[in-house]
Amino acid sequence: MSRRARLCVLAAGLLATAALLVAAVLRVPSFGGPWHPYGDRAVEAALRRNTANTVSAVNFDQRAFDTLGEESILFASVLGTVVLLRRTEDERTSEPRPVSVPATMRRYGIAALPVTLLVGLYVIAHGQLSPGGGFQGGVVVATAFHLLYVAIDYPALKRVRAVGLYEIGDALGEAAYVLTGVGGLLAGAAYLANVLPYGTFNTLASGGTVPLLNAAVGVEVASAVVVLLARFLSQALEIEGGRE
Amino acid sequence: MADPAVDDVLIVASLLFVAAAATAAVLNRDPARQAVVLSLLGLGLAVLFTVLQAPDVGLSQLGVGSALTPLMILLTVRKVRRQRERRDGERHGGKRRG
Repeated sequence: MSRRARLCVLAAGLLATAALLVAAVLRVPSFGGPWHPYGDRAVEAALRRNTANTVSAVNFDQRAFDTLGEESILFASVLGTVVLLRRTEDERTSEPRPVSVPATMRRYGIAALPVTLLVGLYVIAHGQLSPGGGFQGGVVVATAFHLLYVAIDYPALKRVRAVGLYEIGDALGEAAYVLTGVGGLLAGAAYLANVLPYGTFNTLASGGTVPLLNAAVGVEVASAVVVLLARFLSQALEIEGGRE
Repeated sequence: MADPAVDDVLIVASLLFVAAAATAAVLNRDPARQAVVLSLLGLGLAVLFTVLQAPDVGLSQLGVGSALTPLMILLTVRKVRRQRERRDGERHGGKRRG
């Protein structure tokens, strides 16, 4: 396609998108107004399933299939990173030199690590009740371990974090989500249907399959982020040489 | 947050902060500094989402935008610099720096 034709196609696409956007924005409910057609229905559906956190009810119940897609995107991209950032034949690994970290920073890091880990696990466990959930808590849990790298050094992180286990955790989290969905089929309903008892409102075991799917995402995200950062860290600190 | 006027002030303040941080991130040309500004931008966005009553999104933004992404950028910058120093070292016949 010639440059001129390409620009014409681009212009047509941009104009059409702009026209659609303007048409859509003109009919959006006004900012901060009292009319929330989608929100009202989502809240009603969440309450019917005894799920206190409506956002989790949307993510893991009303739109559970969308979340399977999102979880799989993360899984696939981490898999891609693992393949791309592996050590190639013409590269070699070197031991990173130990670095000295100010004592105050070391103390702060060691004090912050258990607190961060606990906050992350809390956010995952209470996904069906309060803001947060598997995704947010998973990221917090994974970053907690990396306080070791920031506050002490890379070997300290490596000693505590066995990447192999997190690779398995990543796959298990993804598989648990897919299989919980199959549970819906086995119960005679649809894939990813919420077939478990809804429990008592505002308790940890409420929301049917919501806490299970939420926990699966938590395990997957925490493991995925650990594996992802492990690859970036080994490229930045250990692997050298090779063609460019 | 019962008073709507307080809400408005918080929303406007965090919007302005986000606009300033985002502009600073674009104008900064050094990737390592950009990562730090990006981290501040992530923090501002997290506050903005929270005052707009979307704490779930705020939490994600805090974890990904202000911790994970800047760390990945910094590690990438470190890798590229190390590679470049090694190449320059070999070209000048000098000793290789780690």
